[in-house]
Amino acid sequence: MNVGAADMTLLAMALPFVAAGLAPYLVRLMGHRAAWVLALAPLSIFIHFIPYAGLVANGRHVTAGFDWVPSLDTRFEWFVDGLSLTFAFLVTGIGTLIVLYSGGYMKGHPQQGRFLSFILLFMGSMLGLVLSDDFLMLFVFWELTSVTSFLLIGFDHEREASRRAALQALVVTGAGGLGLLAGLLLIWNVTGVHSLSGLLQSNEVLRQSPYFLVALILVLCGAFTKSAQFPLHFWLPNAMEAPTPVSAYLHSATMVKAGVFLLMRLNPVFADTPAWHTILPIFGGMTLVFGALLSVRQSDLKQMLAYTTMSSLGLMVMMTGFGGEHAVAGAVLYLVAHALFKGALFMVAGIVDHEAGTREVTKLGGLLRAMPVTFAAALAAAVSMGGLPPAVGFLAKEEIYSSLWHLDPWSLTFLACAVIGNALMMAVGFVVALKPFLGKRPHALGDVHEAPFIMWVGPATLGALGIVAAIAAPFTHEIVSSPMVSAVLGRASEIDITLVPHIGPPLALSGLTIVVGIVTYLAIAPFRRAVGGVLRAIGWGPDRGFDQFVRGLVRFSHAVTDRLQPGSLEVYMTVTFVAIAAALLVPMVVFGELPSMPTWPTDVTFYELTVMAIGIIGLVAVLIAHDRLTAIVSLGVQGFAVALLFMLFGAPDLSFTQFMIEALSVVILALVMTRLRLAPSDHRPTGEKLSDAAIAIACGAGFMLYLMRVTEGSFDATLSDFFARYSKTIAHGHNIVNVIIVDFRGTDTLGEISVVMVTGLAILALIRIRATRTDVELGDNDPREQHDPREEGSHGKRTYAGVEAE
Amino acid sequence: MMRTLIFRTVAPYLTSLMLVFSVFVLLRGHNAPGGGFIGGLIAASAFAIYGIACGVSPVRRALRLHPTTIAGIGLLLGSVAGLISLFDGVPFMTGLWIYPHFFGVEVPLATVMLFDFGVYLVVTGTITAIALVLEEREGE
Amino acid sequence: MEALMAVVIGIFFAVSVYLMLSKHIIRILLGVTILGNAVNLLIFTAGRIVHAVPPIIGEGNDVPNRITANPLPQALILTAIVISFSFFAFLLVLAFRAYQELGTDDTDEMRIAEPENEPVPPLGY
Repeated sequence: MNVGAADMTLLAMALPFVAAGLAPYLVRLMGHRAAWVLALAPLSIFIHFIPYAGLVANGRHVTAGFDWVPSLDTRFEWFVDGLSLTFAFLVTGIGTLIVLYSGGYMKGHPQQGRFLSFILLFMGSMLGLVLSDDFLMLFVFWELTSVTSFLLIGFDHEREASRRAALQALVVTGAGGLGLLAGLLLIWNVTGVHSLSGLLQSNEVLRQSPYFLVALILVLCGAFTKSAQFPLHFWLPNAMEAPTPVSAYLHSATMVKAGVFLLMRLNPVFADTPAWHTILPIFGGMTLVFGALLSVRQSDLKQMLAYTTMSSLGLMVMMTGFGGEHAVAGAVLYLVAHALFKGALFMVAGIVDHEAGTREVTKLGGLLRAMPVTFAAALAAAVSMGGLPPAVGFLAKEEIYSSLWHLDPWSLTFLACAVIGNALMMAVGFVVALKPFLGKRPHALGDVHEAPFIMWVGPATLGALGIVAAIAAPFTHEIVSSPMVSAVLGRASEIDITLVPHIGPPLALSGLTIVVGIVTYLAIAPFRRAVGGVLRAIGWGPDRGFDQFVRGLVRFSHAVTDRLQPGSLEVYMTVTFVAIAAALLVPMVVFGELPSMPTWPTDVTFYELTVMAIGIIGLVAVLIAHDRLTAIVSLGVQGFAVALLFMLFGAPDLSFTQFMIEALSVVILALVMTRLRLAPSDHRPTGEKLSDAAIAIACGAGFMLYLMRVTEGSFDATLSDFFARYSKTIAHGHNIVNVIIVDFRGTDTLGEISVVMVTGLAILALIRIRATRTDVELGDNDPREQHDPREEGSHGKRTYAGVEAE
Repeated sequence: MMRTLIFRTVAPYLTSLMLVFSVFVLLRGHNAPGGGFIGGLIAASAFAIYGIACGVSPVRRALRLHPTTIAGIGLLLGSVAGLISLFDGVPFMTGLWIYPHFFGVEVPLATVMLFDFGVYLVVTGTITAIALVLEEREGE
Repeated sequence: MEALMAVVIGIFFAVSVYLMLSKHIIRILLGVTILGNAVNLLIFTAGRIVHAVPPIIGEGNDVPNRITANPLPQALILTAIVISFSFFAFLLVLAFRAYQELGTDDTDEMRIAEPENEPVPPLGY
């Protein structure tokens, strides 16, 4: 591809995000008709990708991109082959119809702009996900779809059920995404390859690595959570809290298929390994059967469809993992068929809900006359879902049955799963498509009209496509299914199944499926009660488990916080000083670094000893002082002793500063403390006194030994010598200390005087809050003054009131 | 409490003396013990003593500027002293010296001295502000 | 000489830690002040001690003509003294204001930021 085409692809990938930014303004400008304009975005992307179909049909694939984070070896690179192109068509094609549908469904909703914006954001994320080549890019878009899904499920965020469902989906799929990230990073580490296209070409390294199974399981974490495989399926039915366009788009046609997409994408890497061919069919098969059984139990149109979606995803996973050309072909055909019929059926369910006001299947009936177009779309989709000719679902089902038809227990088990699942799904599909429209119309429904064109165009198109694709099977296979199967298998492959039935076991199995399906359809009500009874008997499921998990998490973190932050300063201080003492003493003892026993210094003078003694006396006096004034004066004594020590040891500057500071400290301490009515002294219980004293002595001894050890060693005077040598010659000052402060380290000093000034301002602020508060306290009794905005600092007052109220 | 007659009488003189001394300490700081920090502390103590002796309002009147304003000016001078060197094409805070002659006497002037003066003002202003505000509460 | 100072500094640290372990905010404040002195002395001593020769270059010389006290720790400590004073003043006012608002100087009774028996946060969504 030339550069222009690559630029166009990048533009196409960016377009949904741009449209998302514009959506709210367009809606404000044009109301729900903005959907017509916004639908042009996905439509033009769809058109952009059409030329690729020819390339891909010839067995080629396209990669292009540019450096994104070169230091991390990460590129923004896309990879277009049969698989990603089919997904790109599904995302943008169905996306176009969904945007239109949303225009009608959300018409007049005050947040319609936001909704369309989220839908387009999701579209961009999903498109990026399926086109990603680089691992990290794949992960980023993967999580973006989780986030946008969160936003869309929680769209109606004022309802608790929505919030719960949104959070649940985010937690489950987001956690799975992290697993996927770990898996991809592991693969990157093992193989040194960080792009999907690269990995597909050199997978031997990974297969022979001891980390193969770990990498596989981590990747499956991502795929299974996203594609709602049992037992991580529970978020999907709850996600039906979202508005119906979201359910149709994200939670049936596209996002939930991301997991399947990932499995298909990595099939050439992982296939033909025992783990792959065991784990996938088992989980897929379980999901298929459980999903189908659970869907029968529901009576809400969307819930029924949600569980069959789960079931279909299980079928796809099962077929992908089962292996073999026909199995993969079945999975691929089913994937396309499912996107078409399930999208259509969800939109139908939304239309029925929108027009009739309920989705409860037991309360619906007889809408055929009022909504013929919708009924036609529903019928076409249901035919495909039931696997009946002449729909593409039939092709998929035939392919699946013929690939599973082997006379060994393993294959027969999954064949049984497939038959049961398909039969139940067929029954449910026809319940959704027929029950609301046929039979007697309940009086409660009132007057119902056909949906507007903007709404029925989506399901009608998708339903019709499901039939057309099957009738024009050779063409469909050439541009869609065969390239996709080749991409999934990693080698060229052709699909040739058509609507012309071949007499054989698959056809017989289809007949069996239809019979079971019809029986279930007719006996749906007792069946529903039976499954419901069994579930009630079990009583506990992963859905409730999630609630308990969240509650437990909150309680646990609360308990941990309570333990770590008991709110007692004394505890914090004790912990801190015990840690300090340990940090000082333990390493010295463990590593034998204790200082040697010092000898009495020869050069110590009487004056120095006296000053030290005065300092220590001052300290002791502070400790045992019984009244404040003694304590303050004693504090001054130790401070002056320190000043004298500085003087004696050749630091006149320090000495003067210390003198001034001590004098000022004593003065302001006296000023403040005489105004407090404090208990005269400490009354700690004796036990506490002893333990505190032990900690204090340990700290003191620690610092003492540490300092002795430090001063025992040799002294590196390089820096001091530097200052001594250059203080006069460069900085023209005789007082080296002052030169360091104002010249050599002037920038430090600038910072330090700023700190001094800030503390000064803080002190003034503290005092002023006091003044304000007194004012407002008086005002409290006077309601007229309470909300006077001119009153300075009324904000501070409110804080106090709030605190006191607690 | 501490406003004895003798103290009140002596305080203004003591304050003036300390202020003069503080400037002296500031200026000699580059070559002998002293400097902006010590000078500023002496000046702040002077105002604190005046405030204790004669009350806070006379001090505030005598200062004319609010003490934090003085500190702010000091911080500004300190920053300006640093910035001047930028205009000379050398890194921030590089000391620059000039040696003008006044009446035949060479007077060394430097951005470093300006900076030290800034330190002096910040310390004086801030600590005076703290001391005065605490003394003020005494009167309530 | 340094070893002797180390003993004195150890006593400074011990006393300040003991005071800071008190419940009473004023005692903690006294402890903080002493801690400042202890740390300053620690830095000072770690730079080695010389008797009575300030780090000032004599008139007419370009470098000190005899061994002087180490100027580097002195420069560090000088600013540290002023900063620790301003923080001491801040803590003092803070303690004073806390006392005025809450009527206590016992840190166990100051529980506005971390109230006792705080209810469990909401468990729903």
